[in-house]
Amino acid sequence: MIAGGEDHPVIRVSGLRTRFGQQVVHDGVDFSVAKGEVMGLVGGSGTGKSVLLREIVGLMEPTEGRIEVLGRDTRQLSERERIALQARWGMLFQDGALFSSLTVLENIQVPLKEHTSLPRDLIEEIARVKVAMVGLGSEAGDKYPSQLSGGMRKRAGLARALAMDPEILFLDEPTAGLDPIGANAFDELIGNLQKSLGLTVVMVTHDLDSLYAICDRIAVLVDKKVVVGTIDDLLKQDHPWIHDYFHGPRGRAAGAARG
Amino acid sequence: MMPRGSTRRREGYVQRGTITSAWAEGQFILTAAGRWDIASAQVLETQLRAKAPDRQEASVCLDLSGLTALDTAGALVIDRLLRRLRNQGHQVAVVGARADLCELLREVQRASQGIATPMPLPAGPRFPFVDRIGRVTVAVGQDALAMLNFLGLVTVTLLRLLRAPGRFRWKPFAFHLEQVGLNALPIVGLLSFLIGIVLAYQGADQLRRFGAEIYVVNLLGIGVLREIGILMTSIIVAGRSGSAFTAQIGTMKVNQEVDAMRTLGLDPMELLVLPRMLALLVALPLVAFFANVVALAGGAVMAYAYLDINFVQFTRQLQIAVSATTLFVGLVKAPVFAVVIALVGCYEGLRVTGSAESVGLLTTKSVVVSIFLVIVLDAIFSILFSYLGI
Repeated sequence: MIAGGEDHPVIRVSGLRTRFGQQVVHDGVDFSVAKGEVMGLVGGSGTGKSVLLREIVGLMEPTEGRIEVLGRDTRQLSERERIALQARWGMLFQDGALFSSLTVLENIQVPLKEHTSLPRDLIEEIARVKVAMVGLGSEAGDKYPSQLSGGMRKRAGLARALAMDPEILFLDEPTAGLDPIGANAFDELIGNLQKSLGLTVVMVTHDLDSLYAICDRIAVLVDKKVVVGTIDDLLKQDHPWIHDYFHGPRGRAAGAARG
Repeated sequence: MMPRGSTRRREGYVQRGTITSAWAEGQFILTAAGRWDIASAQVLETQLRAKAPDRQEASVCLDLSGLTALDTAGALVIDRLLRRLRNQGHQVAVVGARADLCELLREVQRASQGIATPMPLPAGPRFPFVDRIGRVTVAVGQDALAMLNFLGLVTVTLLRLLRAPGRFRWKPFAFHLEQVGLNALPIVGLLSFLIGIVLAYQGADQLRRFGAEIYVVNLLGIGVLREIGILMTSIIVAGRSGSAFTAQIGTMKVNQEVDAMRTLGLDPMELLVLPRMLALLVALPLVAFFANVVALAGGAVMAYAYLDINFVQFTRQLQIAVSATTLFVGLVKAPVFAVVIALVGCYEGLRVTGSAESVGLLTTKSVVVSIFLVIVLDAIFSILFSYLGI
């Protein structure tokens, strides 16, 4: 799949710098994500992948730089604009981050009740449809997060992220902790939802198979900067870390699996 | 760049979804246009409820060619409409949907088909109040048994430790001693001082009527040393440290740290419970003694300010009023209360399962139960001492 023909990027990060005390994590990160694109975000441990994702969704403030999401500078928004913008993206946290005191259905209904004035039965039905769309059985809807397996929690978290029909979906290590079959199924699910809902997806991942399976382009965090390209571009890169990443045994196996 | 983005956004909001209906060639035609998304779903849903063909078994044509955007909420509104119309016995045809929108619609239809109608709740008991009393009684009984079981487990662990005293964890013991003992002194001191003042004031007010102001010292001495000092201290410590025990151990359970200990061959009883309990066992009598002294000091200040009883008189009268036994009768309860507070705190902590919510619930429960037990035991002690004539 080729990135959609939008001239205006959905996300544009420019001149981003992040510093924690003396430690510089990002130093001049620039990249953009086009509409309908699936962007993978990779990098070694401690290179600030999750930090970058948290900065884009506004959970953390970068030290310097500009982040535009859907054409809006996220740091120049009033409270109301921020909430309106947040309704247009969904985020899946690593372990689902479901509210433990609510059932799965109630979790999905939280944003719907908060941000819309839809009738209760429609909200209920939307929640049930989302549960079905992420491939959970209808009996899972009435369960509490602690009664679900890790993979089911991720699916439930995805359903909650999709509750408001967002345009952008942020995923933090969606396949981490899943068995290979579960991980494949999850990749497939994200790919299908992306296509049928026309989502733009940004995912932090360590899973090379996911990169090959669903990512259109990949942003690699190396040397505090970002290198962006398709897998084929990156395979040709001679930066040592990128080379090792894609040409290491796991990278080769994932590449071979793609055929 | 910016203006363009925001124009598009505004367009999106202006272009709400619309629905119009008309009769043409014996067909009821519903025409959908604009953005059928979550923002317009409510309006569309209410409008659609009003727009049904007024003939029986009409053929309905849903024209989707004007749709510019569709999301799952919008698709669900369409899906509900279709289901409703078909249930009413109308023939429905959908025409003109763009291929990608069609796919989404089909996806949602597939998902909504799988939805089982929510199961009706099972009928409740006939007398819910009685049912509840029964359940609570059974739960309390089971809790008490489990707690007794836990006390046994702690005792066994302690005995095992006595055989190999080298295994005792001095570091956590010292840490908790500081936490529950030293760090509790300011708050316990302040509250005891205030209680001393209040007690002296109230006592003085009553005793002055008989011209027996000096007996305020007796009241204070016996009241504080036998009851108030240790009781206040235990309640504060239960709220401060009992809750902390539950929250700490509970959080460790949520993080699977307790499981990790077990797999590493470490005994959580030995590592978590014993240091806390022994630290409290040592600290509580000391803190209670401190509370006694401060409460008496508070009373002495009040007596001086309000009754003109100076410190020398106060001390002399105190010596007459109380003996060493009075002090010990109070302090002998401290170790018992300490064990109860630590036992409840650790027990509830280890009962935490899975979620963060259960940490909160059990922490509350731990404080309530330990304060309850402390007061009940205090009453039992009073009865016991009066039998023994102390």
